[in-house]
Amino acid sequence: MRVLLSGNEAIARGAYEYGVKVATGYPGTPSSEILENVAKYEEIYSEWSVNEKVAMDVAIGAAYAGQRAMVTMKQVGMNVAADSFFYTVYTGVRGGLLIVTADDPGMFSSQNEQDNRHYARFAKIPMLEPSDSQEAKDFVGIGLDLSEEWDTSVLFRTVMRISHSASPVELGEREADDTTPTPPLERNPHRLVCTCLWARERHPVVEARLKKMAEIASEFPFNRLEWGDRGLGIVASGPVYHYAREIWPEASFLKLGMTYPLPTALIQELADGVEELLVIEELDPFLEEQIKAMGIACRGKDVFPACGELTTSVIERSAAEAGILPKETVKGGRQVAPPDLPGRSPVLCPGCPHRSTFYVLSKMKDVVVAGDIGCYNLGALPPFDATDTMGAMGASVGVAHGFDVAGIPDRFVAVIGDSTFFHAGIPPLLNIVHNRGKSTVVILDNHTTAMTGHQDHPGVPVMLGGQPAPKVDIEAIVRASGVTDVHNVSAFDVRGVEKAFKEALAFDGPSVVIVDGPCFFVGPGSTGAYEADSDLCNGCGLCFRLGCPAIVHSEELDAKTGRAKARIDPVLCVGCDMCAQICPRQAIRPTESME
Amino acid sequence: METINFLITGVGGQGTVLASHVMAAVGLAAGYDVKKSDILGLAVRGGAVVGHVRWGERVHSPIVPEGRVDYLVAFEILEGLRWLNQVRPEGTILINQQEIHPVTVGSGTATYPDRGTVDRTLQVAAEKVHRIPGLNIAQELGNARVLNVVLLGALSALLSVKPETWESVLKERVPSHFVDLNLQAFHKGREWLQEGE
Repeated sequence: MRVLLSGNEAIARGAYEYGVKVATGYPGTPSSEILENVAKYEEIYSEWSVNEKVAMDVAIGAAYAGQRAMVTMKQVGMNVAADSFFYTVYTGVRGGLLIVTADDPGMFSSQNEQDNRHYARFAKIPMLEPSDSQEAKDFVGIGLDLSEEWDTSVLFRTVMRISHSASPVELGEREADDTTPTPPLERNPHRLVCTCLWARERHPVVEARLKKMAEIASEFPFNRLEWGDRGLGIVASGPVYHYAREIWPEASFLKLGMTYPLPTALIQELADGVEELLVIEELDPFLEEQIKAMGIACRGKDVFPACGELTTSVIERSAAEAGILPKETVKGGRQVAPPDLPGRSPVLCPGCPHRSTFYVLSKMKDVVVAGDIGCYNLGALPPFDATDTMGAMGASVGVAHGFDVAGIPDRFVAVIGDSTFFHAGIPPLLNIVHNRGKSTVVILDNHTTAMTGHQDHPGVPVMLGGQPAPKVDIEAIVRASGVTDVHNVSAFDVRGVEKAFKEALAFDGPSVVIVDGPCFFVGPGSTGAYEADSDLCNGCGLCFRLGCPAIVHSEELDAKTGRAKARIDPVLCVGCDMCAQICPRQAIRPTESME
Repeated sequence: METINFLITGVGGQGTVLASHVMAAVGLAAGYDVKKSDILGLAVRGGAVVGHVRWGERVHSPIVPEGRVDYLVAFEILEGLRWLNQVRPEGTILINQQEIHPVTVGSGTATYPDRGTVDRTLQVAAEKVHRIPGLNIAQELGNARVLNVVLLGALSALLSVKPETWESVLKERVPSHFVDLNLQAFHKGREWLQEGE
């Protein structure tokens, strides 16, 4: 049966069909839907692990136990997991181990555009890159087979455009023994204990394995030489192969399914058979540099950009500028739309619990805010303009301590979400306590991993598969870490939030404010829309500083000040009450109380 | 056979993602090779959303190349204007007559394009422009959420795929207790376009 699947759905289907028993990961765009779809197959144990490194270790343990395992993450998650990623290269595996990294060329939802293909070369393991959903499914099976045959973990690199695109996939049956219980662990400390004494013996094994794989890589059917016109030869993989195929339907291609180690014989054959060789790849000149190191002349990053996604149009324009395509083949867009259309940038949703924190912080202009990864990034944007730094998961807490020990004269806070706190916020909090720091850490507990689509974490009493789970208490962790000045305040009490921030900042020692309130999408829902009384409203504009999509300028101007009065959109408002609390003229009330 | 390129644009929460999925699945059921790609804004709700759908004999890229959109299906006026440059001069525009103001407009720091600008722009943008009162049609059926299927119905009237194919895909894709409502919405949209504006 042929069905339409997104790349992420296809990877999940591949895990099912090719007998994966354990699948782990930490949510992150564009990877999150893989595990969400794996969770639908009851034959596979799946979990959201607390972070990518833990997810990696869990999958490694399962592979050591002889089961097929898969671990998924976004590109920057690989940085978190890297320590564990590297040791399995030396130990090898028993069950197949597939490491899925979802890269984000174009930075649709990421803090950087790092090219994770380097991880394969860095660690000396094979890497597969699918170019559509069918390959996304097939390559899961190929990767697991390679993993078991070559006794190595295998990197599977998808990109946003594969993960979030859909194309037809032929479905198959599951090939796995789901009835035999897992046997006892086959002990082999000389391999699985990476003490320097024993690991030293493993390094030559890794080098020999890679060399042997490179020698036969040209025989793998997923590296495909497609002869066409001999004037132009193109080396490409992933979605870029399809963009290039569309532009040059007649050219000769080497379509790579495995992008490390490279099939040198095939590359040589293509180069020898064509007049001009192009290497088209997104981000870094990963293939190009290796091909040039083989002594083969080719063009690549001198033609195509290293930044952003390479779409059909970008490739066409670049090739035309370099004289590889006639200029008239480039169609491009027209100029019919009005210029300066207003943008539609993301905003905190109506009813968002983070709103009070950033409203208060934007008023406290002298307070420096070290931010973190989550929806609360939007605190950096207007109307709040409150956040000063943001770099990586859990970074806020360490960066704040850095401000402290560097001795900045400003007051400062770290702001971190609940899932991010569990992921990477606890060690830096311990670090503050141990090193006698005095930072204030604000933990925004919205009871979910909101930005990536509401996944569970240790503070949520449900597992990925829907099973009940113990709810870990953030305040208990904070207190056990040695913080004594702990404030727990409702996110929907604006004055309470402000008071807690002021007290915590004034405390001579480490302090934590837990701002507690569920994300609207996991909370109890709307309590009914509010209304602004235009007789009482004088257009002071304070409520607009909440950046709520439901609060808009009304047509009516205040006679005295000439400023637009507030109007509340009854469709968007969910009745969180924050605007009513800050209105100095008590003009905002629940709709029913005005009737 | 030329590849047919669709672009579906709107605001998060309007049901564009289901719409682009149905369009791709209909193409597949009608015997085309298909690809689809969704770009979702950072925001869960309220951000701009774009979906690319392509039907053809052999479709390579999942994204429609610049300037080669055959059918622009805009769920909202501003999100329609934003993508006009990508429509072929001989292309078709279906635009739902609904305004959803970005926060910057609501708070007075930006201005929503006025009616005159919208009308003048659409007149020169493409040969065929259909201004569809999609939200009104959906509300008449008692549920604003079927807006997406109303617009699919209108689009279906311009394509050669049989309505039965659309119906069978819709039956698979929409929640079971809303099948009848969605089929009604599909036919209302289809009739609206067939009967003329």
